[in-house]
Amino acid sequence: MLKKITEKINEGEGVDAREALWLLNEGELLAVGRLADSIRRKLHPERCVSFVVDRNVNYTNVCESKCKFCAFYRDHGAADAYLLDTEVIMAKIAELVEQGGTQLLMQGGLHPGLDIGYFEKLFREIKVRFPGVQNHSLSPAEVTHIAQVSGLTMPETLARLKAAGLDSVPGGGAEILVDSVRAEISPKKIGWQGWAAVMREAARLGMSTTATMMFGSKERPEDIVEHLMRVRTLQEEGGSFTAFIPWTYQPGNTELGGGGATGVEYLKVLALSRIVLTNVPNLQASWVTQGAKLAQVALFFGANDLGGTMLEENVVAAAGCCFRMSREEMIELICGAGFTPVRRTTLYQALEQY
Amino acid sequence: MTTFAAIADKVRSGARIGEAEALFLFGHDDLLALGELAQSVNEGRNGRRVFFNVNRHINHTNICVNRCRFCAFYRTADQPGAYLMTLGEVREKAQEAFTQGATEIHVVGGLHPDLPFEFYLELLGTIRSVSPTLHVKAFTAVEIAYLAKLAKLPIPETLERLKEAGLGSLPGGGAEIFAPNVRDQLCPEKISGQAWLDIMEQVHHAGLKSNSTMLYGHLETVADRVDHMRQLRELQDKTGGFQVFIPLAFQPEHSEIKAGNGTSGVDDLRTLAVARIYLDNFANIKAYWVMLGEKIAQVALSFGVNDLDGTVVEERIGHDAGADSPQTMSRDSIVSLIRKAGRIPVERDTLYRELRTY
Repeated sequence: MLKKITEKINEGEGVDAREALWLLNEGELLAVGRLADSIRRKLHPERCVSFVVDRNVNYTNVCESKCKFCAFYRDHGAADAYLLDTEVIMAKIAELVEQGGTQLLMQGGLHPGLDIGYFEKLFREIKVRFPGVQNHSLSPAEVTHIAQVSGLTMPETLARLKAAGLDSVPGGGAEILVDSVRAEISPKKIGWQGWAAVMREAARLGMSTTATMMFGSKERPEDIVEHLMRVRTLQEEGGSFTAFIPWTYQPGNTELGGGGATGVEYLKVLALSRIVLTNVPNLQASWVTQGAKLAQVALFFGANDLGGTMLEENVVAAAGCCFRMSREEMIELICGAGFTPVRRTTLYQALEQY
Repeated sequence: MTTFAAIADKVRSGARIGEAEALFLFGHDDLLALGELAQSVNEGRNGRRVFFNVNRHINHTNICVNRCRFCAFYRTADQPGAYLMTLGEVREKAQEAFTQGATEIHVVGGLHPDLPFEFYLELLGTIRSVSPTLHVKAFTAVEIAYLAKLAKLPIPETLERLKEAGLGSLPGGGAEIFAPNVRDQLCPEKISGQAWLDIMEQVHHAGLKSNSTMLYGHLETVADRVDHMRQLRELQDKTGGFQVFIPLAFQPEHSEIKAGNGTSGVDDLRTLAVARIYLDNFANIKAYWVMLGEKIAQVALSFGVNDLDGTVVEERIGHDAGADSPQTMSRDSIVSLIRKAGRIPVERDTLYRELRTY
């Protein structure tokens, strides 16, 4: 089987679901890594590893979705529920700009009181005050929620958000794009078709997007493969995914609990993502969930990007996982693995080589 | 010219590689190829089996006259936080561990200025009194040198007395890095690398097995690491007394030595892989999860490693230095970690005899 899959990959053919499942269940870690590495070398022959200087701003933790894997959300009216003031948000972005950041990732809970007017006003003001910052914000679940709260269709909502200054849409909330798994871990969140619909619409509007996957909770290996196949198909049909970002469920402080994925499982799923998603140019290693050591090793298992430096991150930290990384550490980590560090924009244009 | 392919051929034919070749491997940028080579050597020797043991660390005192600069564990006797366990406390900890299924007590501590040699004999006796089947792996070569001074006896007689009192084998600590110029900066008060090796030779002659270690990722060069491994390999050729090699990743966080941010994941895996390939006379290479973290330790099972250490109840030395791994790992977690790496968990005793396959 490995020989057949290797030949297919060498000829530039995509692997099918059965082969992907075999790699995940039966493949040797290093053999799967080797296949992923060969694809990474083909797609990124320059031996560069990129990252973006960014900040997550979580504007609210009030969320009606109440996903069982999440340690971040609070009920409306809870003692530690919050909604950031606009001025606080602006101050956070100013700090990002001072430190040379280029990407703002605003993400929050599904707040019942925030409609399109709130986001239009906020995004317009951000554009006026920080024209050089890429507003890479919200997620399909939030866009869908804003449409519902505002009595609009999803395409109308997305078009208005874009007009107000939303530049690109990150692919959070994908979790596992299989509804039987979603029913277990996030029953109130949009289904996989809802997620896909927003991403199709964003691409149609000319916005770039990313896709993510959260694994290590309740899914089966078959579900991981299905997820990857669905992302690949969406991309084939005109998707605008610049990157795929798999990360692992963090069980701390969550209703779902359990153990989460191990290091070997992470590297295997990462490598499999590179092998299946040859039509998505970039693959990010998740130092936020894996730590610097494993994220560095991930560069040999298909990853060519380390995501953001994240001056601020609250969601994963709420689950008790709080790795931190400065720009200097990021550069040292990349050099230590024998690659050239490149600071990039959200759209993967190189800004500076180190 | 040295090439990776030539080294790989040599290794696969069963021949020994030299120091220049080991250095070349350290600089080889294809991490996966290095891992595959180390894995093939390991699987030729140990198959898919991965050892762990159920043990407890007892660090009886942190008061130490050596005051090594890289160490965050030691205190002087009058410093806040200095402690010395009573034999009653030691017995209680050993008893608790034994009840929970531990087969080994691992004892290392500081070089305490005021304790007589008899204390150490009693310490061993106390642990042995819990159960004659409980193995006591105790005292690094550095402590042995110190105990011999206390006892005013030559090393062989000191070892005999300790053996009679219940010493079962020795851990591999205190080797640090043998290179004298680096050792002078790290731990000027500690016995030299040569003295460490001399004592280990006598330990092996006394019929005791020992482990071996190397502290890396501080001020040493890669050549220092290779030279360290060379000296271990040469002694192993003579005595065959080393059971395992354990590279220890330097933890800079609370150390006086300011050298970088600690080892990288790639460096950890590369060091383990080269050790497996170069140390052809060592049966076991251990990834010490306390220092490496569980994730890298698990991944290391594909880079030549066949031993994941123990459940390690209450480790203090690495954690005082800032290691952020948990203080203990249950038997179930270790078994699951090994299984999820596609390997077969085997519980061993201290002397690497198989106790149970999971």
